[in-house]
Amino acid sequence: MAIYLDHAATTPMLPAAIDSYSRQMIEVGNASSLHAQGRAVRKAVEESRELIARAAGCDASEIIFVASGTEANNLAIKGFFWANPSKKTIVVSTIEHHAVLDPVEWLEKHDGAKIIYAPVTSQGIVDLDALRLIVDENREDIALIAVMHSNNEIGTLQPISDVVAIAGDIPVHSDAVQSFGKVPFDFAGLGLTSATISAHKLGGPLGVGALILKRGLDITPLLHGGGQERDIRSSTVNAPGIISFATSVDQSLMNLRENFFRVENLADQLRLGIQKAVPESIINGRTGNNLPGIVNVTFPGTKNETLLVLLDMAGISASQGSACSAGVQRPSHVLLAMGISETSADATIRFSLGSTTTEAEITTVCDSIAAIAEKARV
Amino acid sequence: MKIVAAMSGGVDSAVATARMAEAGHEVIGVHLALSSNPQKYRSGARGCCTIEDSHDARRAADMIGIPFYIWDMAEEFHDGVVENFIEEYANGRTPNPCLRCNEKIKFAAVLERAKGLGFDAVATGHYAQMRETQDGRTMHRAVDPGKDQSYVLAVLNKEQLDGALFPLGDTVKDDVRIEAKKRGLYVANKPDSHDICFIPSGNNAGWLRDRLGSESGPIVDEDGTKVGEHKGAYTYTIGQRRGLNLSIPTEGGTPRYVLKIEPKSNTVVVGAKEALAVSHIEGEKAIWCGPQPEAGKTHRGFAQIRAHGAPLPCDYRSDGANIVADLDEPLLGLATGQGLVIYDGDRVVGSATVSATE
Repeated sequence: MAIYLDHAATTPMLPAAIDSYSRQMIEVGNASSLHAQGRAVRKAVEESRELIARAAGCDASEIIFVASGTEANNLAIKGFFWANPSKKTIVVSTIEHHAVLDPVEWLEKHDGAKIIYAPVTSQGIVDLDALRLIVDENREDIALIAVMHSNNEIGTLQPISDVVAIAGDIPVHSDAVQSFGKVPFDFAGLGLTSATISAHKLGGPLGVGALILKRGLDITPLLHGGGQERDIRSSTVNAPGIISFATSVDQSLMNLRENFFRVENLADQLRLGIQKAVPESIINGRTGNNLPGIVNVTFPGTKNETLLVLLDMAGISASQGSACSAGVQRPSHVLLAMGISETSADATIRFSLGSTTTEAEITTVCDSIAAIAEKARV
Repeated sequence: MKIVAAMSGGVDSAVATARMAEAGHEVIGVHLALSSNPQKYRSGARGCCTIEDSHDARRAADMIGIPFYIWDMAEEFHDGVVENFIEEYANGRTPNPCLRCNEKIKFAAVLERAKGLGFDAVATGHYAQMRETQDGRTMHRAVDPGKDQSYVLAVLNKEQLDGALFPLGDTVKDDVRIEAKKRGLYVANKPDSHDICFIPSGNNAGWLRDRLGSESGPIVDEDGTKVGEHKGAYTYTIGQRRGLNLSIPTEGGTPRYVLKIEPKSNTVVVGAKEALAVSHIEGEKAIWCGPQPEAGKTHRGFAQIRAHGAPLPCDYRSDGANIVADLDEPLLGLATGQGLVIYDGDRVVGSATVSATE
């Protein structure tokens, strides 16, 4: 029996989303064509766009469909930087996902960008005082500020409204991949310039995401060849993916409150169970304002590489911060940014719960964790 | 048995792993990341440290149908193998890093971690045979003389060998490739790895020069007369003839060879070919791969001093910690630091690090 506790990596598709995906797969027609089939597909795509826009608190025209969260982040970061050649500085929080950090670092290496990292507190929340100082000192040269809406490893929600207030008229991009569909997210209400959302994190299919980009703004495209999405993103529109994305959004939003409490209750049980079984374990990133279902735990004296192997052998799927391209586990940059030592970061894993998680599964994990942590203490 | 199969991404370890899984053992595949930055040590897909190799190992594990993990051994590898390699050269010795890797990484750090996780043994794609005999478990040469790797495994003690499995020892390499193809392992045609895995260019002298500097010093003949200048003593190997650029020729114009490297005085000593002859070898830090030969007594056997060198008939004796071998026929050129491995027929008796020669 496999216990899947890696929902933050990707979560099973919701049955309704599978259904709408497969129904659209049967249909023919390119949404850009003027004939009847094309029009029918276009109509379904636009209805999906409107539904997702309502859910995200933005205008339908502000949704640019792309193939992944990573693409949306790349598009926003490179797009803003290239569209505004007089400004060279990009401000990012130290706990961003690699889909934000890597394009920024690429621009530094290849395109003369200057990066300023905004530090976080020991709780994993962007340090607003430090950010204010950075912005005040560099205001004229800042092309973009990027702060994620919630962190994927520790689940902390970030004070985006405050970031936007500090930024003033500097564009603010927020990676909301982990948040959208799990906690309230209101693009316009937050005053963001752009944001990233992705379907597969909330029960939709892989290979679809969106960049939400404030109306009237032009950024430099990454892909050229047809201009299907607001002339900012080219590619034949992925109709089944988008329509299924909309279904998953609809379902997630409808059940947001219920899901939040169900998943967070199970997460609480898991935290309690782990602390009881392994008293020296440390739960990271609890601020009282978190995503549901993220349980980030340090097991002192262990190596997460070993923990994950033992858990996998016991049929429990968890994960760790990140791995390099060759597959080597690396100490999490998020934990290091919070001031946690490399040794502790190396002893830390993440369980992430989701729609399919059951109480019985949590009980099994709590029952086996003591022996696994003991064995991993080498 | 519960087995950790060390998978480099090459054809040998893939087939070895497949055989273990097929035999009904509970097997997991493990790829060792030996460099914290894969680009740092090597690029290209010739060895065991690249993204391509970890991908190949993962695909082979997928096809065999076993779980697969990457174990980060970069620190252990750097401290135990790379640093040792540099240090040995700095001391005028010629180390074999594959020996150190087997001794300190594959059958030490990996075996230890495997045992900690509840596994019984580590299987690799090395070509050597383990046999159950009346003297216990003993190691023997592989049936494929061209591929035999018992030399680089002779640094393993009995305890380490008890946790080691070499499923390919009974097979010749060509058959391993055929078997890989039959099993649908797409690494079947991957070229063999050669050279030193952490020196991607194959330019050992240049690599060492970057780390040890290139302080020039004298090249002298046997009576101490300076005959040339070198750029870093450690870039020379005993027995080397080419690239010496000597300014003073010998009287008869006979070629000269590197006889000795003296790191303290940063001197390279050259001389006639005959002076390279070695028939008495002393080795220290003896490791026994099976039953230990009776101390003080002289035994007949074979000495081997290179991974693919010939077995040289000899008399040998040991006090347990050191081995002394007297060769029937002298060999030409042997550096201290090389591994001396003693065979009894095809059985590996043990090994020692060459400390002195005559």
